[in-house]
Order: sequence, then structure tokens, then C-alpha cells
Amino acid sequence: MTAYVMKGVSLLGAAPRDLVVRDGRIADEPPGAGAEVIDAAGLVALPGLVDLHTHLREPGREDAETVETGSRAAAAGGYTAVCAMANTSPVADTAGVVEQVWRLGREAGLVDVQPIGAVTVGLAGRQLAELGAMATSAAQVRIFSDDGHCVADPRLMRRALEYVKAFDGVIAQHAEEPRLTEGAQMHEGEVSTRLGLTGWPAVAEEAIIARDVLLAEHVGSRLHVCHVSTAGSVEVLRQAKARGVRVTAEVTPHHLLLTDELATSYDPVYKVNPPLRTASDVRALRQALIDGVIDVVATDHAPHAVEDKECEWAYARPGMVGLETALPVVLSVLGEQWELIAERMSRAPARIAGLAGHGGDLAAAGSPATLTLVDPAARRTVDPSDLVSRSRNTPYAGTTLPGRIVATFLRGEPTVLDGKVVR
Amino acid sequence: MIKHLRSAADLDAETATLILDTAAEMATLAGREVKKLPTLRGRTVVNLFYEDSTRTRISFEAAAKRLSADVINFSAKGSSVSKGESLKDTALTLQAMGADAVVIRHPASGAPHRLASWVDGSVVNAGDGTHEHPTQALLDAYTMRSRLGRLDGLRVAIVGDVLHSRVARSNVLLLSTLGAQVTLVGPPTLIPIDVAAGLSGDASRRGDRLVPGEAAGGPSAPAGSAGGDEPRAVSPAAIAGLSGDASRRGDRLVPGGVAGAAGGGPAVSYDLDSVLPDSDVVMMLRVQSERMQDSYFPSAREYSRRYGLDMRRLRRLPEHAIVMHPGPMNRGMEIAPEVADSPRSTIVEQVANGVSARMAVLYLLLGGK
Ligand SMILES: [Zn+2]
Repeated sequence: MTAYVMKGVSLLGAAPRDLVVRDGRIADEPPGAGAEVIDAAGLVALPGLVDLHTHLREPGREDAETVETGSRAAAAGGYTAVCAMANTSPVADTAGVVEQVWRLGREAGLVDVQPIGAVTVGLAGRQLAELGAMATSAAQVRIFSDDGHCVADPRLMRRALEYVKAFDGVIAQHAEEPRLTEGAQMHEGEVSTRLGLTGWPAVAEEAIIARDVLLAEHVGSRLHVCHVSTAGSVEVLRQAKARGVRVTAEVTPHHLLLTDELATSYDPVYKVNPPLRTASDVRALRQALIDGVIDVVATDHAPHAVEDKECEWAYARPGMVGLETALPVVLSVLGEQWELIAERMSRAPARIAGLAGHGGDLAAAGSPATLTLVDPAARRTVDPSDLVSRSRNTPYAGTTLPGRIVATFLRGEPTVLDGKVVR
Repeated sequence: MIKHLRSAADLDAETATLILDTAAEMATLAGREVKKLPTLRGRTVVNLFYEDSTRTRISFEAAAKRLSADVINFSAKGSSVSKGESLKDTALTLQAMGADAVVIRHPASGAPHRLASWVDGSVVNAGDGTHEHPTQALLDAYTMRSRLGRLDGLRVAIVGDVLHSRVARSNVLLLSTLGAQVTLVGPPTLIPIDVAAGLSGDASRRGDRLVPGEAAGGPSAPAGSAGGDEPRAVSPAAIAGLSGDASRRGDRLVPGGVAGAAGGGPAVSYDLDSVLPDSDVVMMLRVQSERMQDSYFPSAREYSRRYGLDMRRLRRLPEHAIVMHPGPMNRGMEIAPEVADSPRSTIVEQVANGVSARMAVLYLLLGGK
């Protein structure tokens, strides 16, 4: 195994030093002969990023993304682990499907692909999937989610929250009261009124989160809330956390940066679920991320084929690719608050997903050498045709964002060098 | 001249007035023996209709033919989502045919905007989803002006299912541009959220936006690299802070009365009887009785009692006031038959004026000379 010495690297913004990687771990002795030298002057080392919310589309929509292409995009974005959502075709609701995804991830070998299992059979919201079988499978599933759909039935949600306690599982809820969002196309407010697009009220999200934190509190379970998008949701979470409810929450990069006004173009590249909200929602989400009311930035990377976006707004599929732009967007929003970024994009998601080998302390000898090197001074103008992902549906085309991922290492092996995926 | 007519918001007061004046000239043609002008000879106008609307299609077809354009009718109904050609492929076909203008009617809001990004010719919105129908607003404004002599200061009540009405959206925008005062009237369930701000012609009156350079990160945030690097990250709404503030949702209105239309947006009232005595124009919108299945109102009978225009209500209007309806009407639902047929009704005129208004639009968009 090749040893590396990263010369002049800054760990989370600290004074430059040399970082030695040997046998897959951070070492505190000299690298020895034959070590490869990486000029890391001006670069910042972060623990490898962990994404709690990635749509890899395989099996079923390999024209949009595969486990392999999604892994490449993740590595290019500085990620070392991604949690693959269950809304594939077939749905990841059995041990067989989650093991298939897990195995494809191992074969690609660029990031740890941790499958998420469906909560209900076929995401249909009627009957629990075999959660225990997925938990004890080779994929060792710990997060369960019907993402794309809300577990709307309160009794079923209660049972799911209770049942996964047996194996320290967590239910990741896509909070959307379906009766309040029938036909909904974008955030309900003055822009939807002007554009004549059916509104998606904030309360449809907030009502489910309010219900679910009460359910989680009642049964003493863990709840994770996917892609929080409204100021009202933040307030519900703030109160629940203050009461000691075991709830965690994520926000996407796009909800930290973009607003519903973008729908004015009717370009469905801005169509996403939950929808882009208002400026005051964006401000509340940023503050919640700083305060820790929101624990995690998760991409909700949602690749789509061209024909699913080059069409009328109402007919387009919701979602945006995000793995390759997540860190630059977060840098643009938070600035160079490396400690905070490491917590929200690596350590906290690793803890929630139970990924022990991720989110480690790079200053401690013996930690896994699972990290990413970022050039914070670089600026990149996003060109969809440059994306590593198989899909092109980025909302940032033409936008200049700070930061460039120079290298990514997974357990001492480079997956990205000089900004290029190694294989 | 503007290139496309996708929304009534594409028109400033000067352009809108020019269209209305041109429509008036076009209307004089109707009285002549030869009703044709050679203006658009050799130009191709495509009527691309994804919804059945014989009246609108015929109106556009007549308008184009009176200007001597070649007209191609392309009915694409039923070939929308899964089966059939995509809108983009159709657009590329029309592009290859050399269409100078495409008149599009489509069930999806914003389809004309998408089309305009794929073709070189002019795009005219003939009704898109629940968004807009700008030529209807032009013919309505034309009708009001010819009946009442002016638009500036005119008090117009638009009554009914505003939420789903493309006619209402275009009328609010155009009438505000031309100085009329619009009041939207209907049950609260059928008045869209934040309508005063949403349909204000004045963008600066709309809500809160992210400020360029606005970062969340405190002192270590690099200057100028914040959300502000994203020039499109702007947004309205929510003048209040967090969502706990109820004023964030819904319109600010005077219950039962006419709200002050701050910022040039429309006022809102839930009480038709109180609005009628102060209205110069009452425009009744079509209300589909199926809306009661979605609980927008309890029954057709209750809707009609509270918001229908019958002879009793007609008498509450000032002497000079007119009654409009974009058609097709639900007689007995939003409008009583004797009101529709009364001398105050402009419903038949509206149809005739439609051809003149659409002639003016095609003439000016295609640079007729
Ligand atoms: Zn989701």
C-alpha cells in the first residue's frame, strides 16, 4: 500500500503541517522511503464527507445514474460515504436489493455505499417492509426511509419508529402531508400565485414534522427529518430538541442558497421536492445549521435523464444533482468555518448513519485516512457538461462557486487526485 | 416591440396602449367588404393547441387570415406526457418549418415560456394551464375602453374562481398596468395566497429577497462569496421573519370589505354585494361545479347564492356599469341567464373584439408593415 505525505496541509484551517498516510491510516512517524509527496500548500484537509441522502438510481434508472457513476460523482465532490436512498426499481425493500446495492458499491470501490432500506413494502405506505432482515443483511441497514414519499399514516409511522429500536435503526422521514400537496408544483406563496403553479404549502411539511417528533417522543425512538425546507419546520425542531426528543435533521445545499423566485423561468431544473422556498426560509435554515438545530447538510442528489427535465414544468421530475457542488455551496453560505463544515458534512452524518470509519479526527494518529483536500481559494464556474455524474440537472449552471476538491482518500487510497477521479 | 406575448406582464403601458389602438384600427376592417390586409403575406402562423378550445383557435385563425398569413393548425391534444412527441421535439419541427409565430394553448402553466426558449419565432400565449391568457385580457381591456371610454381609474371587480383562472391573472396584470383598480371577489378558498403581492405589476413591491453578498457565516465568511454570488437567488414573500407570524400567509385584507391594494396589486373582498355599488365593470369568471368535490365550496347552490350575479345584484351596480364574462358561461351558476342576456352584458362584443385584438398582437409582434 502506497504511503503519502501531504506537505503543508491545513487541518480544518489550522497552521500548515505535513500529514503522513500509511497503511490506510494517519501516521505520526516519518513516511519512509517511497512515499508519494503531495504538495498540499494552501489546501485544507477535511474528514471525508458523508452524504445521508443520495439517489443512485440503480437498479432501475441506470440511464440517469448508476452506483458506479454516482460513486464517482461523490468522490469528485469530496465524499467518502453515501447513503443510497431506497426508491429504486425494484424498491430497496428486501435484504436482496439492499445487498445488491451494497455489493455494487464495493465493486465500484470509490466511496462506501451504505444502502437505506424502505420503511414500507414498495414505498406504498401500507405495510412494513422486512426491516429486521435488511438490518441483519450484509448491507447492515440502519437508516430506513420511504423518501420520495411520506410515511403519512400515523399508526404505521409509530410502529416503524418503535420497531427499529430493536437494532438501533432510525426512520428518515420525507415530511410531506400528501393531502396538502396534491398536484403541487412549487412553494405556495406569491410566486406560485403569479406563475399559476399549484402551491406546495410550508404547513404540509411542518405538520408532519410536528406529528413525528411527538410520535418519536412518545415511543422514545430516533427520528431523522430529511431535507428540512421551511422556517416553520426549524421552529418545530428547535422546540423538540429543547425538550430532549431524539430527532436529527438535514438540509440540502440548494435550500441554503436558492429561492422560489427561480421558478419564474419555468425551467424545471429548479423543480425539486421539497420545493425551493423563500428568502426568509433560507435565512432560517442557515441559522439553524449554525445553531445545530439542523445537524447535517445532505445533498438529496437526484439525477434525472434529459427528457425528464427538458419539458413542461408540471411534467418534469423533481430533483437536482448535488454531490459535486455541495461543499462549494456550503462554503459560499457559511464561509470558511471548517470546524462547523466538518461537523455538519462529515461527523454528524457519520454518527447518524452509524458509519464508524468516517468522520474521524485527522489530527489523531491511527485514524482512518479517509479525508478530502480542498483548495478554498479556487473559484469554479459550474458547467453541466463537466459533471462526473451521468446526469446534468444542476441548478448552478453558470454560477461561480468557491472551493475545489483537489483530492479524496478512502482508507489511505486516493479516489480523487488533482481534481480527477482516479478510475 | 416585444418579441413574445407569454404574459400580460410582458406589456408596459405604452405597448399595451399601442396594441389597443391598433386593435381599434383593425376593427374598422370588419365593417368593410374586403376584410383582409396584405400585411403578413408569406408569413407563417402556427396554432399549436394542446387543449380543445375551438373559440380561441378560430379567433386566432381568423385574425391571422385577415392579415393574409399562412395558417397551420396543429392540434396536439392528448399527446402530452407519456405518449407522442415532446413539446421540445414539436418545437424543433415548427422551427424547421420556419414558423414566424406560434400561438400555443397548453394545459401546463409556463409551456409558452419553455417553447420560446426552443424556437426563433414569436410565441403567443393562448392560455397556459392556470397561469395566463394575455390576449383575453387585451380584448377585455379593449371592450372596457370602447364601452366606458377609458381604463385609467376604472374600478373592475373580477369575481369567482381566481385561483384556477388564467383570465383573472392576465386581467389583473394588464389592468393594473393601464391604471385600473382591480378587486378580486370570491370565497377565500378560491383566492390565491399572497395575491396582492404576487400579482403586483411593480416588482419592487413584492416581498423579501436575499441580498447579494448576504452570508450566514459571520465574520469568517469571505466577502462577496456568499449567496450573493448567485444572482438568481432572489425571492419574494415573507416580509415577516419566521413562519410563526401569521401575516406571512394569505392576503392582508379587510374582512368583508375592499382591502387597500398596497403596491399596485389587486384588492380582495369576500363580499360581492359590498363591492358592486363601487364597480364600473364586473367580470364574472367561469366556475366549474366540480370544484365542490375538492371542498372549495359546499355546493353549486351555495356558490351561486353568495357569488352568482343575478338580477337583484345587477341592480346594485351603478347605471353605467357593464357585465363581462370570458366564456364559456355556466348559466345559473356564476351568472343568471337574464343577466347574461341583458344590455349591460358585453359577452357577444367580447368575441368580436377578440379577433381585432389578436390581429393587433400578430401585426405588431411580426413587425407588420
Ligand atoms: Zn425526499
